[in-house]
This record gives sequence, C-alpha cells and structure tokens, in this order.
Amino acid sequence: MGNWLVDHWLSVLILVAWLGLNIFLFVYAFLIYEKADKYFYTREILGVTLAFARASALCLNCNSMLILIPVCRNLLSFLRGTCSFCNHTLRKPLDHNLTFHKLVAYMICVFTAIHIIAHLFNFEHYSRSQQAMDGSLASVLSSLSRHEKESNSWLNPIQSPNMTVIYATFTSIAGLTGVILTIALILMVTSAVEFIRRNYFELFWYTHHLFIIYIICLALHGMGGIVRAQTEDSMGESHPYNCSKSFHEWDKYVSSCRRPHFEGHPPESWKWILAPIALYIFERILRFYRSQQRVVITKVVMHPSNVLELQMRKRGFSMEVGQYIFVNCPSVSLLEWHPFTLTSAPEEDFFSIHIRSAGDWTENLIRAFEHQHSPMPRIQVDGPFGTVSEDVFQFEVAVLVGAGIGVTPFASILKSIWYKFQRADHKLKTQKAGHAALNFDKATDILTGLKQKTSFGRPMWDNEFSTIATAYPKSVVGVFLCGPQTLAKSLSKCCHRYSSLDPRKVQFYFNKEIF
Amino acid sequence: MGQIEWAMWANEQALASGLILITGGIVATAGRFTQWYFGTYSIAAGVFICLLEYPRGKRKKGSTMERCGQKYMTSVVKLFGPLTRNYYVRAVLHLLLSVPAGFLLATILGTACLAIASTIYLLAAIRGEQWIPIEPKPKERPQVGGTIKQPPTNPPPRPPAEVRKKPSVEEEGAGGPQVNPIPVTDEVV
Repeated sequence: MGNWLVDHWLSVLILVAWLGLNIFLFVYAFLIYEKADKYFYTREILGVTLAFARASALCLNCNSMLILIPVCRNLLSFLRGTCSFCNHTLRKPLDHNLTFHKLVAYMICVFTAIHIIAHLFNFEHYSRSQQAMDGSLASVLSSLSRHEKESNSWLNPIQSPNMTVIYATFTSIAGLTGVILTIALILMVTSAVEFIRRNYFELFWYTHHLFIIYIICLALHGMGGIVRAQTEDSMGESHPYNCSKSFHEWDKYVSSCRRPHFEGHPPESWKWILAPIALYIFERILRFYRSQQRVVITKVVMHPSNVLELQMRKRGFSMEVGQYIFVNCPSVSLLEWHPFTLTSAPEEDFFSIHIRSAGDWTENLIRAFEHQHSPMPRIQVDGPFGTVSEDVFQFEVAVLVGAGIGVTPFASILKSIWYKFQRADHKLKTQKAGHAALNFDKATDILTGLKQKTSFGRPMWDNEFSTIATAYPKSVVGVFLCGPQTLAKSLSKCCHRYSSLDPRKVQFYFNKEIF
Repeated sequence: MGQIEWAMWANEQALASGLILITGGIVATAGRFTQWYFGTYSIAAGVFICLLEYPRGKRKKGSTMERCGQKYMTSVVKLFGPLTRNYYVRAVLHLLLSVPAGFLLATILGTACLAIASTIYLLAAIRGEQWIPIEPKPKERPQVGGTIKQPPTNPPPRPPAEVRKKPSVEEEGAGGPQVNPIPVTDEVV
C-alpha cells in the first residue's frame, strides 16, 4: 500500500480534491435553498426536495464542465510536453485522463438520478397544491396566476387543476430538454460499457457523439425560469417573516402585507460549460487540421498472422517512444479514427504502425492494402499522443512486458535504445533492458530483428522479480506492461511485493498501458 | 459497422431500462403520487425485464464475457426456447411492457428507454441475430511452468510453422525475412 501511494499520490490528491469540490458545492447549494428567505414560499409548497434538486443541479453543472477536459488529448499532450522537466509521478495523472472522464460520467449519472427524483416530487407537490381546496398557504400561493397584469406574481408553474404533471413537463423548456438530455445520457452510457466498447468500438464511437445533444439541451435547460424566488422589492415590502401567517389578508385594506411577487432565475449552466466547449471545439479543429496534412506511405509489409505494417512519412512529424497515433482511411470509413502504437524509433526517418486484424475497420484496411494493382489508399494521421512508455529511459533498469500485439510499444523502445547506444546518447540512463514477449503465434521476431533474450511460454513472475531484485539491489526498476488486465494485476502485485520500503534500495515502479 | 451485433447493445439498454423502471416505480409508490398504481406495475415489469435480460447471449465471433452469476438465469431463460431465443418476440414484448409505464411521469423515462431497446432488438431480429445461451465449459487450469515448451532448434529468422512444414515453398515466408535497421551480428551461444 505504501508503495502504491508513492506512485500515485498526485492522482489520489486530484481525486480527493474533486470529491471534496462535489461535496462542497452540494452542501453549499443545499443550505442556500433550504435556509434563504427568498425561497420561503417556494419551500412552503415543495419542501426539502427543492434543495436536493438545486444542489444536485449545481454539481451537474460542475461535472458537465469537467467531463470535456480529459478528452482534449492535444491539450493534454501539450501539458505533458511543457512539463517534461517534472518527474514521471507528476505527469502520471495525464495518463489516467480516460479514467477521470469515466468517474465524472458516473458522478453525472448519480446526480442526474437525484435531480430527477427530487423534481418528480417537486412536480407532484406543485400539482397537489394547485388542486388543493383547503385554503392553505400552499394553495393560496398556487393560485397566484401568471395571467394577471403583474405577470411576475406566479409561483406554481402548474396553473390549472386539470393540468397533469406529464403535460406540464413536456410543455416546459426545462422538462422537455431534461427528458431529451437524460435519454441521450442513458444511450451514451449503455453503449460505453466495457463489453460494447471493446467488441463493437464503432457503435460506441458514433453513439457517444450524442454528447452534442446533451450539451445543447443542458445549455437550454434553465431558460424557462421555472425555479422561482421572491423578488427583492417584494421582500422589502412584505417579508415572509411578517406576512406568511396572515396570508388570508394579503392585499386587503387592513393588512400591511401585499401578495408576494416572484421571479425566475436566469439560466446558469451555459456559464459553466462555455469554456470547455470552446476548448473542445478548438481541439477538434486542431485534430482536423493535423489530419489534413499529407501522409506519404513509403513501405507496406504484410506479416504473418494477418499483421499489416505501414511505414509512413509526414512533414513536421516528430515522435517519442511508445507514443500512439490515430489513423483514418477515408476509403474504408470516412469518419472513423482508430488508435495504433508507433512501432518505429524516433531515430528512424519514417514512422510505422503494425495493424492486426481485429474487427470491421482493420479487416477492410488490410484488404484494401492487399490489392497490389489498385492505387494505394490514402491515410490520414493525427498525433502523436504521449503515453507512459516515454518514461522508460529514466529508469536504470527497465522490464518491458508485452502480450500479443501489445509488444508494439516496446518494439519502438528497444529500437530506440539500440540507436541511442550506437550514438552514445548520454541522456540514456537505461543500462539493461530485458524484454519478455508473450506471443500466441509462432512468429516471434517480426518486429525488431534484434538479438534479444526471448523466453518461450508463460514466465513465472515471482522468480523473475526476485532475480532482478537480487541482481540490482540499489536500482530503480521500471516495469512496463502493454497487455491484458489479468497480467497487469499479477505484475502490479509483484512490483509492490518486491519493492523495498527503503527508498534507497530496489524500487519497482509499475506502469501499464491498455488501449 | 457490418459486424456489430445490435442485440448486445439492446441487451444493455433493456437492462438499464429495467433498472430505471424499478427506480421510477419505487419513487411513485413510496411518494403515493397520483395514479401511483402504475408505479407498482412499473416495479414488477422492471424486475421481470432485469431477470430476462441479465444473462448475456453468446457473441457470434470471439469469447463472451459473462455477467457475474448469470448461469442460474441462463438455465431459466433457456427453458422458454423460441420465445426467448427470437428477438422479434423480445422486441414486441418490451414494447408492450413499456406502454403502461408511460402514463406516469416518474416512469415515463423507463418507457422511452425500453421502447428504444425494443427498436434495437427489432433491428437485431431483422439482421437474423438470435439469443444463444453461454454454456459452462470445463475449466482447465494451465499448470505453472507447463506452458514453457522447448525452445526452437533453428536460429532466427524463423518463418511460422505453416511455411516450415512445406519445404517445396520458397524460403521467403509470408512477409520475408526481417530487414534489420542496423546490421546485426549473430553471436554463437
């Protein structure tokens, strides 16, 4: 546990800060709506569910703002680049951007549920007090009609006893946009579960663009001014403390109390989401601009087990080891972008990717390149985007574990280490690199052609780790994995088990990358 | 998009709709809203839908990740044969189940989501998809150390097994020998 905290303290801090922000905003808004005088009459009809609805609304605004930021990958790459002097622990949270995106999404779902349930009660209370004939304060307040000459005096949006809550919902801006954006949210969530995302990526990709509807509806949601508070003037004239008990005599000659006047709030969601929307639009424009630059394919290699290697050149393209690019092939699909790790080293004069046939798009791409007589399909490239593999050179000892096509980032690293050795690069701290390549086919040396220690079959990790710990008792060892989750769990456990608590002795830092 | 099995997404959507129906139904019943008996119906319908949709069907290609503990419901759902196998039946069933919940605001979201799930199931049925139960397989534990096989006897570059078996094919295996970026000297071990 101690070792894990040392690795991840910044991520934990961000998480705690985010949770704290949510709790603070919720309590802050809750107390305002539960205690403030201008909502006295509103609370008379609605009760505590007013505060629940408004508090969750504030948290929803905040989280909707935060959710767009982790997916601006060009911005994150930029941050990564400017922070290259920071040590790897400080930059680690940038690698967990998608995890943060998912956490914020779950929080949005939770607060949406609270918000909807609270408003269901609110509408029910409004409806009941409109129908009530008992002359209570609630029913008097509800009878303040919006059709009289002071159009501000209404409180209850349900104006007639015959109006059903369903009618009131679908004829108000807030209700209609609320239903639409919730349906968009639900569709986004059900198509984004891991099972769908892993196996039917395109379905996830296209459905997730419903976020545009979510954002538009969110911006419009508050426009109706349906949440009403007593106006300042009205409070000055007839404060609820003085006048709420004598509601039978409002506006009568003898009484000093006038009936209260109410006003709706201006919408505030747009203030929260405007900046991230601008950032995200800029991000998409940037991605489009980068993708329009010409990509020249210099070599195409078909490897065994249906793996296609593409070597390309693009003006101004510069990469670091282990980075990945997004690739689009208009002749296969106009709109889809798929990520691939770069398998070439930065020292080479081209960049390359290895593509395994794993679904619709990859199969069609490989087929398009297999036709040797038709013209070469055009490729568009966006990137490169940084991942954890860049840090491998900072470790004296690096252990790279790749499973299946997961060997690709390490191909790049190993080639780069080779080049750096050849050129006696002083920045290279790595003195020893061991590579375990777990392959499911017989084809082993398709990637690098380097003479490497290759073991066959499944390694016994405990043996490997204890050997390394004994051989390098004072070193910092970086363990890098690109492969399945189960392997990540065993490697991560081994790292924690074999790291000594004394920071001067052997330390294993575990880094994993799973697309 | 040709290889998408729509039924898988419809299944997730229907499961979510079931949960939403249960939640809306509980709110309406507990709060004794107007016409709250629709809420009670909604809870019952939601529970039924969740039980029906919990066991995930088998994918056509590749391995399917089971939901935790789904094998108990799989055996029950299997019993109904064509009624649960056929997605037309499910599409119509979900559409009918969603209608009564549409009369109450608390459950109308469940109606909308279930109707969408029904539409996706209809699409899946038109494309000929079917619900196939995931049968339990006897698990073999790979023995630790047992996967370490004999290292190969010939030095690299090693073409794959298919090419090695046919000596009449040219030495160029599929893809040919790897061109090394820097000349590599092979040290004899």
